[in-house]
Amino acid sequence: MSTVYELSHLDALEAESVHVFREVAATFEHPVLLFSGGKDSVVMLALAAKAFWPAPLPFPVLHVDTGHNFDEVIAFRDRVVERMGLCLEVARVQDDIDAGRVTEDTGPRASRNRLQTATLLRAIREGGFDAVFGGARRDEEKARAKERVFSFRDESGQWDPRNQRPELWNLYNGRHRRGEHIRVFPLSNWTELDIWSFIAAERIELPPIYYAHRRPVVQRDGMLLAHTRFLRLLGGEEPYEASVRFRTVGDATCTGCIESTASTADEVVAEVAATRVTERGATRADDRISEAGMEDRKKEGYF
Amino acid sequence: MPQLLRLATAGSVDDGKSTLIGRLLFDSKSLFTDQLAAVERASRQRGEDYPNLALLTDGLRAEREQGITIDVAYRYFATPRRKFVIADTPGHIQYTRNMVTGASTADLALILVDARKGVVQQSRRHAFLASLLGIPHLVLCVNKMDLVGWSRERFAEIREDFRRFAMKLDVTDLSFIPVSALHGDNVVHRSASMPWYEGTSLLHHLEEVHVASDRNLIDARLPVQYVIRQAGRDFRGYAGTVAGGVFKPGDEVVVLPSGLSSRVAAIWGPGGLPVTEAFPPQAVTVQLTGDLDVGRGDLICRPANRPHTGQDLDAMVCWLAGAGTLTPGATYTIRHTTAETTAAVQKLEYRLDVDTLHRDESARALALNEIGRVQLRTRKPLLFDAYRRNRATGSFILVDDTTGNTVAAGMITGPALPASRVVWHAAAVGREERATRGLTVWLTGLSASGKSTIAVELERRLVAAGRPAYLLDGDNLRHGLNADLGFSAEDRAENVRRVGEVARLFADAGVVAVASLISPYRQDRERVRQAHERAGLPFLEVFVDTPLPVCEARDPKGMYAKARAGEIRGFTGIDDPYEPPSAPDLVLRPDDEDPAARILTLLNRSAWWE
Repeated sequence: MSTVYELSHLDALEAESVHVFREVAATFEHPVLLFSGGKDSVVMLALAAKAFWPAPLPFPVLHVDTGHNFDEVIAFRDRVVERMGLCLEVARVQDDIDAGRVTEDTGPRASRNRLQTATLLRAIREGGFDAVFGGARRDEEKARAKERVFSFRDESGQWDPRNQRPELWNLYNGRHRRGEHIRVFPLSNWTELDIWSFIAAERIELPPIYYAHRRPVVQRDGMLLAHTRFLRLLGGEEPYEASVRFRTVGDATCTGCIESTASTADEVVAEVAATRVTERGATRADDRISEAGMEDRKKEGYF
Repeated sequence: MPQLLRLATAGSVDDGKSTLIGRLLFDSKSLFTDQLAAVERASRQRGEDYPNLALLTDGLRAEREQGITIDVAYRYFATPRRKFVIADTPGHIQYTRNMVTGASTADLALILVDARKGVVQQSRRHAFLASLLGIPHLVLCVNKMDLVGWSRERFAEIREDFRRFAMKLDVTDLSFIPVSALHGDNVVHRSASMPWYEGTSLLHHLEEVHVASDRNLIDARLPVQYVIRQAGRDFRGYAGTVAGGVFKPGDEVVVLPSGLSSRVAAIWGPGGLPVTEAFPPQAVTVQLTGDLDVGRGDLICRPANRPHTGQDLDAMVCWLAGAGTLTPGATYTIRHTTAETTAAVQKLEYRLDVDTLHRDESARALALNEIGRVQLRTRKPLLFDAYRRNRATGSFILVDDTTGNTVAAGMITGPALPASRVVWHAAAVGREERATRGLTVWLTGLSASGKSTIAVELERRLVAAGRPAYLLDGDNLRHGLNADLGFSAEDRAENVRRVGEVARLFADAGVVAVASLISPYRQDRERVRQAHERAGLPFLEVFVDTPLPVCEARDPKGMYAKARAGEIRGFTGIDDPYEPPSAPDLVLRPDDEDPAARILTLLNRSAWWE
C-alpha cells in the first residue's frame, strides 16, 4: 500500500502562512502583528500561534483603534489577549486628532478610516517596528490582488506599485534600511471562503457579531449600517431591527452588515459559498469612494 | 478534500486571456456581481460598449490610464474538486520578469494563442519560460475557434506547429484545447460546435491534471528556517518547510554543513500535531536526538542522500532589474533556501535568445528580462540540488546590496566545474525511477599510459562502494565485439563508435561505464561525447597524459618495440598520430598519487551523482 502524499488546500495554505511567519521571525528584529479582533486578524493570530508552538509568539500585537469600535469586538480583543498572554499595544486615532496631527472629517458621512493611516505610521515609527503583519488578502480588492507577500514601504510608509520587488518561489526579500519597513501578508492567497472554512475546521472563536443577531440598522447607499452611537442619522433614515451579521469588522461608521440567519461557522461557510457579492462590495462604504480608493490609500501607507 | 492548483497564464492581451480568465471565474461562480458591476461601470466610462474583462485584472490606476498591465495579479477561483490560484502574468514588454515571477510557483502554465494567428513569437517565449521554470504541465489553449469556423484542420495545424517547437523544450506534459473564451466553448462546458474534439473542457482538465507526483519525494531535504525553543520545557525544535522527500520519526539523518549524525526524535505539524510522515510542502518542526548545534541555513537530510555542497555553481539566471546589468565580477547577496551569503559572478557563459534559443557566447552582460547561463562563486558553501531535480533547493535570488532590490532569479544547473566543457545534465524523467544513475568515464591516452590500471582500480572502488560499474577495456573488446576491426583510421573510428555506444547504453541503464581506450582521434571521442549529451548522460573525458618515452619504457606487451622494429604499422605515437583532448575534464599525470581517487572526487561533484 502506498501513501498518498497530498495536502488539502487548507493545509497547503496553512503551511505557506506558517512559512511566512517563521521567515519574518527569523530575519527581522522587531515584527508586530496588526490585531483588530476582526476575523482575518484572528486567523492570523491562530496561524502565528501554530507556527511557533510550543513557544509563545515572538512578537507583540498592535491595534490601530479608530475609537469607533463595536463593543463586542473590543471585549473579544481583550479576552484573546488575556487568554493567550499577548503583549498588546494600542495606537489611538483619537490621540492624533487631539494632538492636531490629523483633522477629522465633519458631516454625517464622516469616517475615521482614512485617518488610521497616520496613526498606523506613527505606531510603526514609535515602536521601531521593521515588519508589520497585516491580514489583507489578494481576493479582497483589485489593488490588493497585485500586492506582494513581503511589501516594501519607504520611510513614509508608502507603497509604490510600479516598484515592487519581484517575489519568486518562497524566497522572500525583507531588505530594508532603518526607517523603512516591510508589510507582511501571510493570508495573501486565502479567500473569504478559505478563512471561514478554517474558522469552522479549527473551531476558532470570533466576536459574536460575525454571526446572526438582531440589532437596529439603517439603510444607506444600498448598504445596511448598524445604528450605533457613532452613526449620525440623515434625514429620512429610520432605524429598524433586523437579523444581521457582519462579514468584515472595522470602523463602525462605514462597516455594513448583511441580513443573515447564519448562526454557526458551518452556516456561514454555506452562506459565503453561495454569495455573489464580495465582502467589501457588501460592507465597505469607503471602498466605493472611487475606482482606485484602496490603491490610493495603500500608496499613502494604509495596509 | 479539495487540493490547491497554482497556474500561471500567458499570452498577449489580444489573444483573449482576460476574457478566458473572466469566463473561468464567472462560470465557476467566482466572479462577483459587484466586481462585474464595477467592470461595467469602468468600461462605460472608457467609452467601451461591452464589459471589458481585462479591467478585472488590470486594477491599478496607471494600468487603467495607460491600458497596460504593470504587474502580476493573483486571482482565485474554486470548484468542489480544487482551489485555483491564478498568477495572471501580463503579456507586455516586461513579459519575462513577470512571467518568471508568476511561474516560479506554478504547477501548470496556460498559454493562449489566437486561432487566426497561430503560434507566434510570444507563444514560443512563454512556452520556453514555462519549461525553464520547470512547470510540469503545459496547456495550449487555441482561442477564437469561432473565428476560424470551428475548423478541425486549423486546430490540428497549430497543434503540430507548437508540438514541433515544444520538442526542443523540456516539457513533460503538453495538452491542447480548442476554445472560444468569448462564447464559453470548451472552457467550462464541452462545446457543441466542435464535435470533432474528443478531449475535455479546460476546467475539467484543470481539475483532473495529476500534480501530486510532480514533487520530489525521493531526496529528503529540510532547510532549517527557525529554531524554536521553549524555556522551562527544554524543548528545542528545528522548524522549516520540507523541500523534498519524506521524513519519519526514527529516521537516521545528517545535519549539513556540520555533517553531524542524528535521528529524528519527533516531528510536529503546526500547532503541535504529531506527524508520522512529513513531505513537501509541509511546514513542520523536527526534534533530533542528542545535543546538536543546528541553526537557520543548515539542512537536514539522509546520510546516503545528500545535496551538493560547494561554492561554485552553474546556473541559468533571469535578470529582473530595470537599472543596471549583470556583469562578471559583480557581487550580490544570494538567498538560497534559508541560507544567505555573498555571490560573485565568475563568468557569463552565454546569453540565451528567448525567441530562437540561440546562445550568444560573446555577450558581456545581461540586461532587464534577459536570460543567461552564469558561474557563481559564493563566500560560504551552499547546500543545493539541480533545479530540475528540486525547485526548492535548486532556486535562488540575487539581491543588490545598495538598493536592497531583488535583481535576479536563478535556477541551479549543477556545480560549476572550472575548465570543463561538460554539460552536467540533471536527471531526465524515467531515469529517476532507476535505483542508480549511470555515466561514462572515458579514459584516453597512449598505449601503456596506465589507462587500464586506473580503470581497473576505479571499477573496483565503485563496486566496493555499492555503485554499479563496468569496465570496457579497448583491448578486451577487440576480442569480441570488435574482433572484425583492424587499425586503419576508419576501423579505429568504428571501434571508438561501438565502444561509445555500449558505454552510453550502460550509462543509460544506471551503470558507470569505465571505458579505457586509446581512442587517438579527437573527432571520434567528440562524437561519443555528443551522443551522451543528446541522451542527457554525463560524459567525463579523462586524459591519461603519460609522455611517450615513459610509455615506451614501460612497454608491458612489447608493442612499442615491435612498432619501432617495423613489425607493426600505424602504431599510435610512433607512426600514427595521437590527438590529446583540447578540454578534458581531468588530466592525470604519471606522478599523480592515487589517480582513481581523483576521478572519484570529480564524480562526487557531479549533479548526477547523488
